[in-house]
Amino acid sequence: MAQPYLKKDDDRDDEAEYSPFMGIEKGAVLQEAKVFNDPQLDPRRCSQVITKLLYLLNQGETFTKVEATGVFFAVTKLFQSKDIGLRRMVYLIIKELSPSAEEVIIVTSSLMKDMNSKTDMYRANAIRVLCRIIDGTLLTQIERYLKQAIVDKNPVVASAALVSGIHLLQTNPEIVRRWSNEVQEAVQSRAALVQFHSLALLHQIRQNDRLAVSKLVTSLTKGTVRSPLAQCLLIRYTSQVIREAGPNTQTADRPFFDYLDGCLRHKAEMVIFEAARAITELTGVTNRELTPAITVLQLFLSSSKPVLRFAAVRTLNKVAMTHPMAVTNCNIDMESLISDQNRSIATLAITTLLKTGNESSVDRLMKQITNFMSDIADEFKIVVVEAIRTLCLKFPLKYRSLMNFLSNILREEGGFEYKKAIVDSIVILIRDIPDAKESGLFHLCEFIEDCEFTYLSTQILHFLGNEGPKTADPSKYIRYIYNRVILENATVRSSAVSTLAKFGAMVDSLKPRIFILLKRCLFDSDDEVRDRATLYLNTIGCDGSVGETDNDMKDFLFGSLDVPLANLETSLRNYELSEEPFNIDSVPKEVKSQPLAEKKAPSKKPTGLGAPPSGPTSNLDAYEKTLSSIPEFSSFGKLFKSLAPVELTEAETEYAVNVVKHIYDGHVVFQYNCTNTIPEQLLENVTVIVDASEAEDFSEASSKPLRSLPYDSPGQTFVAFEKSDGAAIGKFTNTLKFIVKEVDPTNGEAEEDGVDDEYQLEDLEVVAADYMLKVGVSNFRNAWESMDPECERVDEYGLGVRESLAEAVGAVVNILGMQPCEGTETVPSNSRSHTCLLSGVFIGNVKVLVRLSFGIDGPKQVAMKLAVRSEDQSVSDAIHEIIASG
Amino acid sequence: MANFSAYHVSCPSIKNILLLDSEGKRVAVKYYSDDWPTLNAKLAFEKSVFTKTQKTNARTEAEIAMFENNIVVYKFIQDLHFYVTGGDDENELILVTVLQGFFDAVGTLLRQNVDKREALENLNLILLCLDEIVDGGMILESDPNTIAGKVLSHSVDAAAPLSEQTISQALATAREHFTRSLLK
Repeated sequence: MAQPYLKKDDDRDDEAEYSPFMGIEKGAVLQEAKVFNDPQLDPRRCSQVITKLLYLLNQGETFTKVEATGVFFAVTKLFQSKDIGLRRMVYLIIKELSPSAEEVIIVTSSLMKDMNSKTDMYRANAIRVLCRIIDGTLLTQIERYLKQAIVDKNPVVASAALVSGIHLLQTNPEIVRRWSNEVQEAVQSRAALVQFHSLALLHQIRQNDRLAVSKLVTSLTKGTVRSPLAQCLLIRYTSQVIREAGPNTQTADRPFFDYLDGCLRHKAEMVIFEAARAITELTGVTNRELTPAITVLQLFLSSSKPVLRFAAVRTLNKVAMTHPMAVTNCNIDMESLISDQNRSIATLAITTLLKTGNESSVDRLMKQITNFMSDIADEFKIVVVEAIRTLCLKFPLKYRSLMNFLSNILREEGGFEYKKAIVDSIVILIRDIPDAKESGLFHLCEFIEDCEFTYLSTQILHFLGNEGPKTADPSKYIRYIYNRVILENATVRSSAVSTLAKFGAMVDSLKPRIFILLKRCLFDSDDEVRDRATLYLNTIGCDGSVGETDNDMKDFLFGSLDVPLANLETSLRNYELSEEPFNIDSVPKEVKSQPLAEKKAPSKKPTGLGAPPSGPTSNLDAYEKTLSSIPEFSSFGKLFKSLAPVELTEAETEYAVNVVKHIYDGHVVFQYNCTNTIPEQLLENVTVIVDASEAEDFSEASSKPLRSLPYDSPGQTFVAFEKSDGAAIGKFTNTLKFIVKEVDPTNGEAEEDGVDDEYQLEDLEVVAADYMLKVGVSNFRNAWESMDPECERVDEYGLGVRESLAEAVGAVVNILGMQPCEGTETVPSNSRSHTCLLSGVFIGNVKVLVRLSFGIDGPKQVAMKLAVRSEDQSVSDAIHEIIASG
Repeated sequence: MANFSAYHVSCPSIKNILLLDSEGKRVAVKYYSDDWPTLNAKLAFEKSVFTKTQKTNARTEAEIAMFENNIVVYKFIQDLHFYVTGGDDENELILVTVLQGFFDAVGTLLRQNVDKREALENLNLILLCLDEIVDGGMILESDPNTIAGKVLSHSVDAAAPLSEQTISQALATAREHFTRSLLK
């Protein structure tokens, strides 16, 4: 395809900007694709058109479902041509179009024919294409051919089958596992890459069988492994076996260590490095074991190839964390790397040196570092800061230059994590090195004068309050602190008030002046600031009305709260509902270990009650029937969704109540399933009084009381709300109201007269996920593509610090209440990023698809990208709102 | 592109191969990992890689850099920038072997006239070349001569320059020009 596709006049325009694809346009190319249907195929022209289509796809152009199907069908016609080059392009485009299941059937027979062709190239490629697009059922049909292909004498064919096997193992493990005999045979192949691919597949098949992996390693480490890639694999498997064999308790050599050591003398650098790295990562590696590995890495440090230098310095950097002494031999080579053109190499060299350096080299190092701090990324800077902190603690005499360095970089631009790392470092240095205190505090004071991070400001103010009063001249800090009261947001202002109070309490000479400052705070616009000021004025006040003695007062200001915060929170929540004054002594002091049983308890039905779980089970049909039989609710239309019951009472209480939320287009019905667990009582006229003051979008429509609720026989009462369109959310407070009648236990007769009573239930929330039905799709990609891209909404969110990626994924899936597709809700352990596909139907019967892309970085900060497609733009927006407010 | 990342724990894997021009625009790219699920994510990655590397001198020896949790090895020639990306625990030398395989194979395929124009004119060869190097993240072949050989054996005449075209091909070309001018 050498000829230009341009129009004549374009050609003359700008010779330098010449491109055969200039002015290419999707519609025109799709028109051109009609040549695929010509009875007399022109292979050359067809190839060109396919190239153009591939070019468009490669540039990020997308085909609509209809277009893709059209192209796909046209392309299938090209199997008639015998032209090898054209066939090759046909294979390529089929893979790119990733056809749907129905479409796949059309090419299956052509591809199967090619799979059994005499031409090796056809066989290899047909296998790769077919394995890419078929599903499990078709796979069983071609399994026989694939097994043959694995042991094919042509290495290209064998590799194609093996690599396809590796991919298929993810989706159809039970089928691929049956091939292990053939794969085993292929491991003995003389072709280098066949050995590599078969080894990879065999290991994955046997991954969970320790013994088998160990056997595999034992036999191969003795045999011949031909390709460097296969050798690298074998090194990885060997270290896995060593790792699983447990720590090296005896002084004897580790099994297989000789093999790793031998690989250090391999002729391929790739293998040498892999082995060196594997040795440094051995658990409990000894210096004797490390030495040969460090020696080869040291040689790499002075290589002319940047990649080798990088690989070596990166590995040595890791070693320096655990075995700094082992790396000191490389220090001279490392210092010359500080001026390396490649900044990544320089950064790694510097941080390694900081870990291994000695006192005399500190000043020189700091000079070199300062020069290049400005052109490395935050993540690297944090590493440098942490390394400097460790160094400073190691050589306290050098604090002056190190502290200066820290304060300099604190003044420069940087993100939160970076600034936090610097502040933390300074705080640690102040604590551990007494001489550094004054200058350190001063640097921190300067920093909060212009600090955009509330968290850091409050932390520093707190620290200042504890340390400042103990310095020689506390008065010089007051200005910085009071400036915060004038200039900052409420959170920082209240912190500053506390800090001022601490100075006032500790330094008598400052007390009258602090008093004046605190009095000014009484006119602050924020409650918390005013409250604190009032409290402190009274505490440290000259009249001593609250703090009777000096000690009491200091205890109050500096002492820690001796109750766990979680317990305090619970107690305060209970206090809010009660009438009694709060008493901190009533807060339990023991730390609750949050037993699992406690969480499960509410869902467990009280034992001894013969009745089945209250009400019908979460079966939509049954609910629908029940609800439509109630005249008040029959006009609400079709039931959209019923949620699983939520317990509103603790286990083992007098009355057990759970609630089922029923969602309709314009209404929400709460079905309260009540059980009376007191044999001596009969409840009558049971209703639930729902306070919807925290649910503005809802107004009560009707309710259906329960006439009588005898002991141990569940009954239902309903409350219906009318709601605004879409996903209205809110919080409801529930009170069970009823008439209690005493029952005579001897004859079961109830008394005539009853007493009105109430029983407080837990709150109930209607959340956005309640409006989402979990409905899966069989082929997410196709479904996604068939949605109008116009209705796509994409945005990114920071999820803050999370325990793990899996936890973050789980949380978001929960908030949305959608159905994860294709098993994407499970996150492979150790992965740093993950994509989760969700589908569902939103209220109003709007189909919604969601693509979530998660990424996690070092300090467990999780970021998420949310792409939503739905049949209705406003629903796409609503999904974003859910996340934004969740 | 399917997600095959799960098994990469212990197997060398390639996350993407990029061939960009001197302005960072795509000539040909291929992603094997869904770390970048959307077109925008991909373009953003390409942009950040390009801007961070464009000033480096990666013309004689392959260079290396880290991006977020990835390692990128790269090499430039004329107005073409070759990149190969792998995870941050990948053996850098394996990545550079793949890069070198791609780089040298393209050199052979373009008869050492390696520049953007030549690459675009022979885009089919470049795409086939990518297809022969990595399959779904797995390294399929890394030897440049084998790769180039496999690509060329399939495309008998595709690389033939204009002057060597047969009469019928020339006619076909002319016909194409003619139809284009009609469609204009």
